[in-house]
Amino acid sequence: MSSNLMSGARMLLECLTREGVECLFGYPGGVTLPFYDALYEHPIRHVLVRHEENAVFAASGYAMSTGKVGVCCATSGPGATNLVTGLVNAMMDSTPVVALTGQVSTKLIGSDAFQEADTFGITRSCTKHNYLVMSVADLPRVIHEAFHLAKSGRPGPVLVDIPKDVFAAQTHYTPVGSIHLPGYKIYTEGHTGQIRRAAQMMWESSRPMVYAGGGIVAAEASGELRELVETLDAPAVCTLMALGAMPSSHRNFISMPGMHGSYAANMAMTGCDLLIALGTRFDDRVTGRLAAFAPHARIIHLDIDPSEIGKNRNADLPIVGDAKRVLSKLNKVLAELQPSLAQQNSDARRAWWKQIRDWQDQNPLQPVISASEIKPQHLMLEIDRISNGEAIVCSDVGQHQMWAAQFIRFNRPRHWVCSGGLGSMGFGVPSAMGAAFANPDKLIFAICGDGGFQMSIPELATIANHGLPVKIIVMNNGHLGMVRQWQDLFYNNRLSAVQLDTFPDAQKLASAYGIKGRTVESPIELAPALQQAVDEPGPYLLNVKVSPFENVYPMVPAGAAINEMVLGPPQPVAVPK
Amino acid sequence: MLQVISLLVENKPGALMRVTGVLSARGYNIESLTVARTLDPGLSRMTIVVDVDPSLRRQVIKQMNKLVNVLQVSDLSESPAVAREMVLLRVRTNLDNRTAILKEAEIFSARVVDSSVEGFALEATGAPEKLDEFIDVMRSYGEIEVTRSGMVAVSLESKKLRLAPPILAGAESSRIDSRNGVFNG
Repeated sequence: MSSNLMSGARMLLECLTREGVECLFGYPGGVTLPFYDALYEHPIRHVLVRHEENAVFAASGYAMSTGKVGVCCATSGPGATNLVTGLVNAMMDSTPVVALTGQVSTKLIGSDAFQEADTFGITRSCTKHNYLVMSVADLPRVIHEAFHLAKSGRPGPVLVDIPKDVFAAQTHYTPVGSIHLPGYKIYTEGHTGQIRRAAQMMWESSRPMVYAGGGIVAAEASGELRELVETLDAPAVCTLMALGAMPSSHRNFISMPGMHGSYAANMAMTGCDLLIALGTRFDDRVTGRLAAFAPHARIIHLDIDPSEIGKNRNADLPIVGDAKRVLSKLNKVLAELQPSLAQQNSDARRAWWKQIRDWQDQNPLQPVISASEIKPQHLMLEIDRISNGEAIVCSDVGQHQMWAAQFIRFNRPRHWVCSGGLGSMGFGVPSAMGAAFANPDKLIFAICGDGGFQMSIPELATIANHGLPVKIIVMNNGHLGMVRQWQDLFYNNRLSAVQLDTFPDAQKLASAYGIKGRTVESPIELAPALQQAVDEPGPYLLNVKVSPFENVYPMVPAGAAINEMVLGPPQPVAVPK
Repeated sequence: MLQVISLLVENKPGALMRVTGVLSARGYNIESLTVARTLDPGLSRMTIVVDVDPSLRRQVIKQMNKLVNVLQVSDLSESPAVAREMVLLRVRTNLDNRTAILKEAEIFSARVVDSSVEGFALEATGAPEKLDEFIDVMRSYGEIEVTRSGMVAVSLESKKLRLAPPILAGAESSRIDSRNGVFNG
């Protein structure tokens, strides 16, 4: 290998190139000057965002829509602290992100220097791992370790804090051949005996149920998941993070479970006798009251992260491994056992399917449509129609996110991008920017509420600047809708600090940034307006005024079991005269 | 009930903070913590005594195992192990009590590490409960000042140390390829 003299900044770019990085999202500052100087003549594309939080959200959107590592960079102090929300978000949703931050020079660390913050300390608990690079000699190894950690095992964010003098230091660069992290053990293969027992349990079950989570998407295992579901002919749900892991049109797919999941999904989770949990973490939004969750079920729990097994619900049969590898083995064993075991419960299985179809028929996810005002569900139906399962939909957080999850269908994984675990508002627009850079040929929607959108307005500049074909759809109900819904249902409708009385004129706002935009209010205008937004080359801002007091149903109230759903608003009761 | 957790960690800046962070993030208070290098100067052995709800102990240990700098975590709370602590103690005394104190020290196998007209400095090692008694006894003779080391423990069962092997650096180590080298547990 050749060895040549170069700066730490240049070396960093060499390492990024070796990691296959094509673009990074960032915001420069004092201590990253040497890095930006090296970037000046380097082919890696730098996208200048308008706030560091949006850099990490954009990197997350890039990562979630591709499976590649998203990269962002920020300067020391405020630049680094502005990344924190996005790092926690990536941690919660297991998104592979590498964050590069500048730090004050090594000699100044600890002296309360200008724009100094203890980034290493602050981000310790919001990253999978983090580094402070005190010597340029360590830099190449650390960068490769960071990428390996971010993308392997259970993916997550890794931060590398680089002091200014480390960027500037000149030294001989030798490409790193191998890296060694002796304590970083990933169990990928799954225990053969456990896999066989799991297959037996599956065939022995009368009422099996597949509960697929984001781990299926992370492991690129949706093909294996589908094979499992079809071989077993079991009903399947996908969590919020896994939407698209099963095609929404698949006959075995019964939508999303949990707080705003479908009636059939929640009833089936409660009624099953075997819950096959794959790459999922029994999150409280899925399980409702844990003690009453899947009370009749034995649990098979497959996850690559051993610390997830038994964390919330004890597993009767744990398997630690990579979802793709384990499921492909499991599918083989299932097929082997099929001739001898598949028939034993066929009557019970038929009855189980009949029960599920009944639940589906009793309370389907039904959109509300009105002739006088645009209902939020109507908006999602129209987006679904125009997307036809193929658009990348990046959502913000709140009511619109739940309606989008309920009504927009996905044919494949990595087309649904949202902030799940952390529920971080302001995620929709920047994540759509990231997805747009990664998928230039795709139709990309950013669905936001009027609250979350107003957290992201500065990024209209970035979107306009690059002519990104992001279709921003603001579901404008004039409220922080999800908080209003809870105040309505649980606080006697005392609406406290949830009215968003002022919203900019969408057309003027868009045109101020040099892009097209408009507002629609009437239901008959909705479909043509959406079509216009999609047909317009480049960005579009569509502000859709929807009925202000619509609530998301079904809803599992906090503390209730998931089969104790509120299916709709209280109906007016006829009072006898 | 107190629990004893023994860890083998890489001797790197921040490693201690990562381990204690798993406990402090859950609001657990650490009763004692000792860290020192092992035979391999790149590694440290850490013994933590903590009051964790037993039902959460396994979860806490799994979380510690996940840390990149942690090579091994052993739960010594319910497995055969020897635990010891050291105490350094200064007792002020008048001339009348000096002989009695030395007798008591002998009972506890404590050593005199300093002697002056004001009193003694004593060094004792043993099981933590035994040291509690020693301190109580010394307190009955006069004003004392105590420094305890915190517990160190060694497991009496040998546990195989499993390490991840080196892997290729760069994009060549794609997500799945990078795992080919990873052992199957």
